[in-house]
Amino acid sequence: MTSPSDFPTPPVPGRLLDVEDVTVFRGDRLVLDGVSLTLDAGDAMILTGPNGAGKSTLLRTISGLRRPDSGEVIRYGDLAWLGHQDALKPGLTLAQNLALAEKLGTNSLPDALEALDLTHLTDLPARLLSSGQKRRAAFARVMLSGAPLWLLDEPTVGLDVASIERLGAVMAAHRAKGGAMIVTTHVPLPLDNTRSHELPSLAHVESFWLS
Amino acid sequence: MTAFLALIDRDLRLAFRFGADTLASLLFFILCGSLFPLALGPSPDLLRHMGPGIIWVCALLACLLPLDRLFGAELEDGSLDLLMLTGPAPAAVAFAKMAAHWLTTGLPLLIASIPLGIMLGVKGSELPLLLLGLAMGTMSLSLLGGMAASIVLGARRGGVLLPLLVLPLATPVLIFGAASSYAGQLATSPTASLDLLGACLFACLPLCPLAAGQGLKAAVG
Repeated sequence: MTSPSDFPTPPVPGRLLDVEDVTVFRGDRLVLDGVSLTLDAGDAMILTGPNGAGKSTLLRTISGLRRPDSGEVIRYGDLAWLGHQDALKPGLTLAQNLALAEKLGTNSLPDALEALDLTHLTDLPARLLSSGQKRRAAFARVMLSGAPLWLLDEPTVGLDVASIERLGAVMAAHRAKGGAMIVTTHVPLPLDNTRSHELPSLAHVESFWLS
Repeated sequence: MTAFLALIDRDLRLAFRFGADTLASLLFFILCGSLFPLALGPSPDLLRHMGPGIIWVCALLACLLPLDRLFGAELEDGSLDLLMLTGPAPAAVAFAKMAAHWLTTGLPLLIASIPLGIMLGVKGSELPLLLLGLAMGTMSLSLLGGMAASIVLGARRGGVLLPLLVLPLATPVLIFGAASSYAGQLATSPTASLDLLGACLFACLPLCPLAAGQGLKAAVG
């Protein structure tokens, strides 16, 4: 587990993330072209852009799963990750699935399950959960980590209106505690004062590279 | 450390939950070993002479069976992303998976090799040496196999590539392991081959998890 001292001191107090002129290629294809952004405590940034604009790739690059081909990503704090997939093992119960995240994180499992209305499903195998319930379970893992920076790739997929409201409340509470998040989404989120960053489609660049 | 143990614990739970996958390599081992008497004929002398060799080859092949799901399942359901981001160091993640592989494959094989050995006519006095060799050998195979599995992770036709990568690397383990197991029959000292088998294990112990950690990082990138 990385301790806070592993991160550089932020240039501005409350700064959580600096992304400087990041360019990413996938094979021959230019996916991200000189993306720069910063994130401070309390920020919620919505990544927008058409399909294939590189929203997920940008999140993966910020997380450190992928190295940028040029430019720099500087994080000043721990992160929690919610990917495309829910990463739940169908044979394990909800509690067993989240046990590792609970051990690694700082927050309590019952609180996280309560906030997402999952308490009654704790001992159910994940294969019996609906896709919305699985998505919420994956989100519970983010809440367990206690990390200030949340990277959320399509957190609302498969969620009903009530669940989206609940997610919004959790996100607002996280921001109030000095956390921040970057979210990709195609549905509007119940969040105030969001910042948005639009990624342009680079499809024309692709055709340039192919020709 | 707690994360490392939690990861092994989770893998063991999964192995018990999906017992069929775990039993598959064990049954493969026993069936494979039982085929030799059918093909070679029921000569007790021949079988006793070939017994240790048969057990070693079957154990090597049985260890390969679950490798392709070792990291494949984690990659497909997104667990590997999470492990790389918030779990222990990549090499520790790889080492935990290798340890779980040995506990769920190597250890059952070790136990099953007792009845298989008796069936093939291996003498009771030769069994401890066979088991000692197999214990070190299967540990080395779990390490080598885990490394190969992480390297082919995400590659097309990875399942075909995997044995081609593991089997050449496993030859020293097979040679020294089988040699040590034959010491009882040939009335020679097993020390030299056991030393070399141990050397293989201690070379694999630091190197394979490190290489596998790099493989895992490359697979999620």
